Amino acid sequence: MNIIIVGLGKVGQKLVERLSREEEHSITVVDLRRNILEDVVNSYDVMGVSGSGASLEILTEAGIGKTDILIAVTGSDELNLLTCMIARKLSGCNTIARVRNPEYKKEVQLFQEDLGLAMVINPEFTAAQEIARLLRFPSAIQIDTFAKGRVEILKFKIQKDSPLCNIQVADISQKLSCDILICGVERGDDAFIPGGDFVLRQDDYISIVGTIKDATHFIKKVGLKTNKVKDTMIVGGGKTAVYLATLLIRAGIDVKIIEQNTDRCEELCSLLPKATIINGDGTENRLLLEEGIETTESFVALTNMDEENVMLSLYAKTMNQGKIITKINRITYDEVISNLGLDTIIYPKDITAEYILRFVRAKNNSIGSNIETMHDILDGKAEALEFNIKKNAPIANQTIESLSLKSGILIACINRDGTIITPRGKDIILPGDTVIIVTTHKGFTDIKDIME
Amino acid sequence: MNYRMISHVLGWVISLEGICMLLPFLCALIYGEQNIWLFLICMAICFLAGIPLTLIRPRQKNMFAKEGFVIVALSWILMSIFGAIPFFLSRYIPNFVDALFETASGFTTTGASILTDVEALPKSLLFWRSFTHWIGGMGVIVFLVALLPLSGGDNLHLIRAESPGHSVGKLVPHVKTTAKILYAIYFGLTLLQIGLLKLGGLDWFSSLTLSFGTAGTGGFGVLNSSIASYSPYVQWVITIFMIIFGVDFTFYYCILMRRFKNALKMEEVRTYIGVILACVFLVCLNVSSQIPNIWENIRYSAFQVASIITTTGFSTTDFDLWPQFSKMILLGLMFLGACAGSTGGGIKVSRLLVLVKSIIKEVRVLVHPKSTIKVKLNGRPLEHETLRGISVFFMAYCFVFAASLLLISLDNLDFTTNFTAVAATIGNIGPGLSLVGPTRNFACFSSLSKVVLTLAMIIGRLEIFPILILFSGKIWKR
Repeated sequence: MNIIIVGLGKVGQKLVERLSREEEHSITVVDLRRNILEDVVNSYDVMGVSGSGASLEILTEAGIGKTDILIAVTGSDELNLLTCMIARKLSGCNTIARVRNPEYKKEVQLFQEDLGLAMVINPEFTAAQEIARLLRFPSAIQIDTFAKGRVEILKFKIQKDSPLCNIQVADISQKLSCDILICGVERGDDAFIPGGDFVLRQDDYISIVGTIKDATHFIKKVGLKTNKVKDTMIVGGGKTAVYLATLLIRAGIDVKIIEQNTDRCEELCSLLPKATIINGDGTENRLLLEEGIETTESFVALTNMDEENVMLSLYAKTMNQGKIITKINRITYDEVISNLGLDTIIYPKDITAEYILRFVRAKNNSIGSNIETMHDILDGKAEALEFNIKKNAPIANQTIESLSLKSGILIACINRDGTIITPRGKDIILPGDTVIIVTTHKGFTDIKDIME
Repeated sequence: MNYRMISHVLGWVISLEGICMLLPFLCALIYGEQNIWLFLICMAICFLAGIPLTLIRPRQKNMFAKEGFVIVALSWILMSIFGAIPFFLSRYIPNFVDALFETASGFTTTGASILTDVEALPKSLLFWRSFTHWIGGMGVIVFLVALLPLSGGDNLHLIRAESPGHSVGKLVPHVKTTAKILYAIYFGLTLLQIGLLKLGGLDWFSSLTLSFGTAGTGGFGVLNSSIASYSPYVQWVITIFMIIFGVDFTFYYCILMRRFKNALKMEEVRTYIGVILACVFLVCLNVSSQIPNIWENIRYSAFQVASIITTTGFSTTDFDLWPQFSKMILLGLMFLGACAGSTGGGIKVSRLLVLVKSIIKEVRVLVHPKSTIKVKLNGRPLEHETLRGISVFFMAYCFVFAASLLLISLDNLDFTTNFTAVAATIGNIGPGLSLVGPTRNFACFSSLSKVVLTLAMIIGRLEIFPILILFSGKIWKR
């Protein structure tokens, strides 16, 4: 596909890195800053055009006529929208704009339709959504949703005394009598799609797929906490904090925000009447103790300083057993950070890039095929794909046993008009169903790709 | 330095050269030459040296600008050495330094020769001699990048180090596709010329070798008289194709993509055409006393101007006998060279255009000391970095020129010979004036001078810095 990326900030560069890895895309990047442009062109196989993305001439030079997707991720919301508008006018391509100003939050839906935007992405909001989802299900490390939110893939770690230790995958549903499927296991650096005879061990990260009800049931059986946290402490009162607090308050969770800047505190106060706003330095441990860091059920570090967030979270970890979430914006030392023993780390730029990538891939695939949703799971080593089954699909109307599937493929779930079926060998896939496939192969575009 | 990566790519370069020798071998078969084994042996030598190197698997795939420069510089030196083997083994050029000079002259598309009697060589060797022009014209590395499964963005460093011109852009987002497009255009234009020459009544051998010489803007002929004894039609075809191959290939891509506006906007191409027309006109006027027939006059002048500005170096007449003014124009064109992004050599039209514009800007700043003026090319203001790069390149060109001139003056030949010999080699033209004029050759120089001129050719072809970087001690540290 021909893709134009306008703006080479953090997200823009992340997108270039991920998209240029896939051969079939031809990427052109547009940015005003020549030195950054040159850097990117030197390190990735992309073409650079220097100039403003909102200029007709520049867009033409970047080949807008043959472009399938234009992604505008400059620092300015208005420029992004303008760029998308012009691009849309010129070629009718799909456009994605990043709009992060909370003041445009309500207007987004308006202009999304009128301007013909295929997708509007707000990094702070998506990060907040992700954090909120985790706080509602604090045992999970990662949660992805399918079938319009009916099915979830949850990732969590097997703790020391868990009943799942040293148990065969095939025995799980019997022993625990619940209707879920283990669709992936990460052990060290390896990732598996486990067969029936796979034995789980302590410290494995497992991903389970099931309806929300079944998953909750399962997690309860395993002995993990399932209920959402009662309260949360947020350090740093930026945009993400506002979005997060709004979401959490709506879900009935008590929110306490610690913010250094007095003026900002007053703004927060009027924006979030139900939250407790503390004006103080979040890095002062006396203040944190005073505000109850030992007793809070969850702690979210959202300051603008990555280092501060990491330190705060490490400190909170020593004081508290609850869920701790760390936001990291810039630092790229994944290896180091993952060894620090932090619970859950949120990278807003990665989340944003991932959302856009998902859209790009689904668009790429939907040319002549039928993918609904798509998520990277098992640390990016596997994909979970949701397919629509058409009338003449080769796997329709047959029992799953009789299908000859490639290795490394699991049919994880069937959604029949809203009824979720965990597939067993005798089940039949019917036209009109959607099925969720978990696979270690990459680049499936059609349901027939899973067959030998 | 990623030594494994460098060895790996160099291995491919040498093996590829071995594969290229298949063509002269076929040529020897077709013409039933006595020494049929010659090219097979040379191929074997290339494969023996190349294949083991390709088997060295790079541990890391990252390649930075410095590796790109080193790979390109070393591959051109190695190519010249391995390419010289057929001349040396066949005993037609018994001195290896001579053989090296001849091959480097071929790959760098210079066309300067040390042979006094070209026609004495067997057809297969002549074919190889001309074919090196074609290989060197677009560059081996560009070809390899189109084929080798190297990781993405890093390849640009390779192409950038090899391609002539100050700003090497991509035509399309993928380096590989860009390399393929360039070669496709190159190949297509060459085929067209071969066809046209064949229509002019030449045999396959002459059409092929002459087209190779023109396409690479090289200049090796297959007759002692260069192009003089061919029909006017053939001479015109060659004139036009020399000019065509001296144009930036981006121009043809724009035309193929039907972006005529972009193509016509290219300031460098317009200047290039303008300079050619002006020079043809001036030379015509100047030589009209020697060649009274107006059409003949235009044909000779146009051919010679095109041949020198595109740095090809074919000749239809002994322009050493022309009046001084015409000779000086040709000498000036030796420095000017063709467009950036073409197969030609020299300083390049765009660079000189920018330099001239910088001078104009400087004068205007003197008149209005507080004015803000930007040097523009194609309607776009140039970055300070680009301007600096061009000025430094020009300086370096002069220094290398002066150093080479100093070294070859040890032979105690006359000034015109020395000066034009260096100009003709560093600019990849071929013939100069006086003793190295179009009817003479470079055999008069000592071995030392030949080595110096060989290096000058490679330095000129790779635009100086890839070779200079080899002399930086820091680059060889692990």
